[in-house]
Amino acid sequence: MAFGKTIFNLFGKSPISPLQTHMSLVIACEEKLPDFLEASIANDWEKAEEIFSAISKKEDQADEMKRQLRLQLPKSLFMPLDRGDLLDLLSLQDRIANRTKDIAGLMLGRKMSIPEPLHQQMLGFVASSIEAGRQALKAINELDELLEVGFSGKEVDFVEKMIGELDHLENKTDQFEQDIRHQLFKLEQDLPPIDAIFLYQIIDMIGELADLAEGVGGRLQLLLAR
Amino acid sequence: MTLFAEYGQILIILACVFGLFMAWGVGANDVANAMGTSVGSRALTVKQAILIAMVFEFAGAYLAGGEVTSTIRKGIIDPGILTEAPELLVYGMLSALLAAGTWLLIASMMGWPVSTTHSIVGAIVGFAAVGISPDAVNWGKVGKIVASWVVSPVLAGSISYMLFRSVQNLILTRHDPFARAKKIIPIYMFAVGFLISMVTMLKGLKHIFKDADISMSFGECALVAVGIGLVVSAIGSVLLKRVERDEEAEKDNRFASVEKVFAVLMVFTACAMAFAHGSNDVANAVGPLAAVVSVVKSGTVEAKSIMPSWILLLGGVGIMLGLATYGFKVMGTIGRKITELTPSRGFAAELGAAATVVLASATGLPISTTHTLVGAVLGVGLARGIAALNLRVIGTIFMSWLVTLPAGAGLAIVFFFFFKGIFS
Repeated sequence: MAFGKTIFNLFGKSPISPLQTHMSLVIACEEKLPDFLEASIANDWEKAEEIFSAISKKEDQADEMKRQLRLQLPKSLFMPLDRGDLLDLLSLQDRIANRTKDIAGLMLGRKMSIPEPLHQQMLGFVASSIEAGRQALKAINELDELLEVGFSGKEVDFVEKMIGELDHLENKTDQFEQDIRHQLFKLEQDLPPIDAIFLYQIIDMIGELADLAEGVGGRLQLLLAR
Repeated sequence: MTLFAEYGQILIILACVFGLFMAWGVGANDVANAMGTSVGSRALTVKQAILIAMVFEFAGAYLAGGEVTSTIRKGIIDPGILTEAPELLVYGMLSALLAAGTWLLIASMMGWPVSTTHSIVGAIVGFAAVGISPDAVNWGKVGKIVASWVVSPVLAGSISYMLFRSVQNLILTRHDPFARAKKIIPIYMFAVGFLISMVTMLKGLKHIFKDADISMSFGECALVAVGIGLVVSAIGSVLLKRVERDEEAEKDNRFASVEKVFAVLMVFTACAMAFAHGSNDVANAVGPLAAVVSVVKSGTVEAKSIMPSWILLLGGVGIMLGLATYGFKVMGTIGRKITELTPSRGFAAELGAAATVVLASATGLPISTTHTLVGAVLGVGLARGIAALNLRVIGTIFMSWLVTLPAGAGLAIVFFFFFKGIFS
């Protein structure tokens, strides 16, 4: 006999911890980028390929996680968070992993070499972008504490502050981006034109990583503001 | 009445068997819903929950179940119409018990969430309206009961909402929630003790007080209830002292230690919930039995006859049997499924539901504990306290209403004519 169905059916699976797991997967994927960059600077394409496949694997896992989470969020679910905002947040998070894979894929495919004078700045730029991602993860990890207090009180201020810090990191990354572009502009005469175009594109994509992280923070803010 | 002289014994034994069966079903099925939240929030193990349920369900049925039993026994049907033919009431109540029991069995096998209360009330109204005459039903009272089915989840939801908001404002959003929790929670414990003892003394203990020739005024009751509340919160404070901060778990979630404090509180609300459930659900399961016994014993439909307390005892025993034979398994599955309910939410839901059910019991209204609890959980959800609630369940519950009332009624009508045919 199947006794006692009512009460437990009432409880849906919480989307919060899967969302956090997804974000940490995404950041783990993103964090492989500096190693990749160093391998490419060292012209060690074998190692770069290895790292690329690790990135690709993480990205796949994040994709799968995203699919699962979407399936578990039917419209009939009553949540303290807006379903639309939650799904937006999820797809923004996912795009960080996608972008990471794009960057590594493009660089690997063209065996792109970064001009010597840009090496240090480029590494700093990537690190700064990833820093923004980590900050976004930190904020996402506050979601369960937010739920605990019912999205009210001091905890909200605390998360607001974290999001402010995230915005600050994104600004810093923007600054890096501008500087690098400026440097590249000075060098571009001496580079094969196609390489220069793709370098600009890579710089753009790395900057986008930080923009996406900032977007995650923005969505989180929307979740709070209800 | 020659019928009662000849078959009285058999009729009573039949009623006892059916009544025991109903109580068993309540124990096996409903209790899991009532206690599942405690197990789900990891405040109690399955074994502890069963133990608490056994003791407090029994106490609730015995100490506070009188009013509801008497509503079922003589509130729904107008006794005046049946003075000429008391045997009809006996057949009717027997068929109501059998119908409700059968329906619960079918529904449980199919996995539908149905309410014992609704099946019993549907069955009684069914046999009375069709088997006897529509005038035999006290429609005013039935209307009140049906209204209470709507009101009780809403009331429980509002209470739970306010309880959880108070937890947010008084504890969770404060600077040191752990220390605040230790300070504030004894107040909630006091409320639990006060509420239960107050209602019990004012309404439930009437029959016991009468036997013992005790009479207490409202003020005296309140005084005693305050005393009991203080004792309860004192016991709670001692238990709370033993709760220590769990630094390790706090790394993962800063509120882990606070929840440990709430887990202690939840033991108390679980007792209240079991008590409330016993006072309402057990009582309405044995109500028809009480009606049969009183008619057969006295030979008349006498509204004022005193109900023997062994009937409530029998109900208590039945529910314990249900728990022992089946409750374990159900509780285990439910406990594993509800992982998103923390003790601070579980307590708010349970206390809101328990308060509502105990109040209904005191006014003699048979309501569904499960539905009340669903209302209470939704109340906590409205306070943004639960990560995800599946609203489709509300639709299922509504459907089970629409089906259970006619199903209980239909079966009762069939059984009624069957018994009538056999015995006369």
